[in-house]
Amino acid sequence: MSPRERISAAIRTAAAQGEPALIAYLTAGFPLREKFREHVRALASAADVLEIGVPFTDPMADGVTIQRASLAALAQGVTLKWILAELQALGRLRAPLLLMSYLNPLLAFGLERLAAAAAQAGVAGFIVPDLPLDESSELRAALDAQQLALVQMVTPVTHEKRLAQLCAGSQGFVYAVTMTGTTGKSVAVPDAVLGYLDRVRASSPLPVCAGFGIRSREQVKRLRGHVDGVVVGSALVEVLERGEDPTPWLQALRSG
Amino acid sequence: MTLSAALPDAAQLLAELIAGRLPDARGRFGPFGGRYVPETLIPALERLEQGVREHLHASDFQAEFAAQLTSWVGRPTALTFAARLSERWGARVWLKREDLAHTGAHKINNAIGQALLARRLGARRIVAETGAGQHGVACAAACARLGLPCTVYMGAIDMERQAPNVGRMRLLGTEVVPVTSGDRTLRAAIDEAMRDWVADPTDTYYLLGSAVGPHPYPYLVRELQAVIGREARSQMLAATGRLPDALIACVGGGSNSMGAFHAFVADAAVEIIGVEAGGRGAGLGENAATVAFGRPGVLHGAYSMLLQNEDGQIQETHSVSAGLDYPGVGPEHALLAAIGRVHYQTASDEEALAGVRALSECEGILPALESAHALSGAERWARSHPGGTILVCLSGRGDKDMSTLQQTLLGSQSA
Repeated sequence: MSPRERISAAIRTAAAQGEPALIAYLTAGFPLREKFREHVRALASAADVLEIGVPFTDPMADGVTIQRASLAALAQGVTLKWILAELQALGRLRAPLLLMSYLNPLLAFGLERLAAAAAQAGVAGFIVPDLPLDESSELRAALDAQQLALVQMVTPVTHEKRLAQLCAGSQGFVYAVTMTGTTGKSVAVPDAVLGYLDRVRASSPLPVCAGFGIRSREQVKRLRGHVDGVVVGSALVEVLERGEDPTPWLQALRSG
Repeated sequence: MTLSAALPDAAQLLAELIAGRLPDARGRFGPFGGRYVPETLIPALERLEQGVREHLHASDFQAEFAAQLTSWVGRPTALTFAARLSERWGARVWLKREDLAHTGAHKINNAIGQALLARRLGARRIVAETGAGQHGVACAAACARLGLPCTVYMGAIDMERQAPNVGRMRLLGTEVVPVTSGDRTLRAAIDEAMRDWVADPTDTYYLLGSAVGPHPYPYLVRELQAVIGREARSQMLAATGRLPDALIACVGGGSNSMGAFHAFVADAAVEIIGVEAGGRGAGLGENAATVAFGRPGVLHGAYSMLLQNEDGQIQETHSVSAGLDYPGVGPEHALLAAIGRVHYQTASDEEALAGVRALSECEGILPALESAHALSGAERWARSHPGGTILVCLSGRGDKDMSTLQQTLLGSQSA
């Protein structure tokens, strides 16, 4: 199975149990660089897919929690190079790994070198929030060579024609942003959002995962049946920030 | 390595630029520009691009824009011969007086133009960023004039060093939001304005103040500011019967300079010079001289030159002038540098302050600290081209800088 197929398969397998798959997000090196391996191991066994945030100085799609986590990680000297070395040292994990990064740190690393280094570190794909499909051909070509996924995001304001293009162009899964706005704000999941997610699912050959603002079991229950997975980011980062064990918190999202 | 070496088709790119074919359909100026934004903003940018195509050059829009420029902004701004400065520096120095435009700087040209466009596109509210506060004040004034609600994001550090402009914006009915994240200057203010826009991309219009950002902003801002160069070119011809030997402007994001340069790019005999903020020196973090010390990368929606470290993290910058204190530069400037049509140099904080003093003493004009960088470059040019003629884009007035000047020029005077 190619790395990008591993992502889709992990989400489908989990969703087949009746609850949306859990995609956990962690800003690399936050809250403590020394705890990175421990957190990755814990989250990779509690979640179905693990998304690792590469910190960036100007995270324009992110709310206050991930901004704070990113700057704290940078202050500890976290770099893409370091992240890849740590992941390589960890070896193969149960859950497939994605890197979530703004484009500039990837450009600075060098796109071709990046694909090979990421594949070697066990990374199965990328999410690049400031790289629209229209500008992605260079990164896409580099990742194709290693069969790595480039996940596309769709949003509630994406019009129908573009939605079809984004769903067709995505790999691994389709990341359905639940709201207009940055990450972290809690959303009520009104009926309109469920309708939008149903439309995304109808046009996507890949699993559809909802993200931005997902924090509670109530939200996950609302989304059940409308998505194949949910991404939890800011809320999970806050759990780690408080020094709590993320495993029971994640388990509580999918039971009860 | 020079970038021009990486662009062997420099002559062809210059020809395309002059022919008006750049930016291309993908929003590119050669390799620079493009649209690197979260997916949420794509429909808003497509609507804006469509709106620009439909309205910007339509005769009714142009008539409306021209009427505001004449009756409210106070255009055309004067062209002033700087007689005593010319005598001191040994070359003939002419000033394009954007400091005389309403609200005290060139920023108003773009602000009223985009506010008119926003109204046509049915925007319910305007959001903007500001560094020195000049763009914020210009937006606040334009929005008051057109009856649009306006919110301006401003870095907490800039709010302190440009306090009078904060008060002006508030008096003009604008909500000023302090930005305490990131570097707490212009860059963080743009991040925050974009986050606001992402939250409401349908009804909010983002009124970007410089020739930066995702397509079509660099193009839109250039077109609205190009009035500076068009006026200056015909004023120079009327006053002297010929074009200047050199044209010079300061470059932060690059809107006054792009506006001044655009009409002259095809005039091969006119040397064009952009002056960046050299700050305290060449070290990373000591300046805001992006073309001089940067490398290509992506920030705030465009591929352009950037001050960044080896890991692609954006570098904090320093300049005595808040308006130039920015780690990026417009993509068209990146192209003009790469193809060698414009030469970019730096002026230090100290040199800029000397420029403030020189213009104030010789001509009775207190220039903005930003514009003083261009004056410093003009002095350098004048001293090496005795008898030549140089046109300086005096982008703004210096009243807003009084607190910085108290601590620098006036402080050292009393000590």
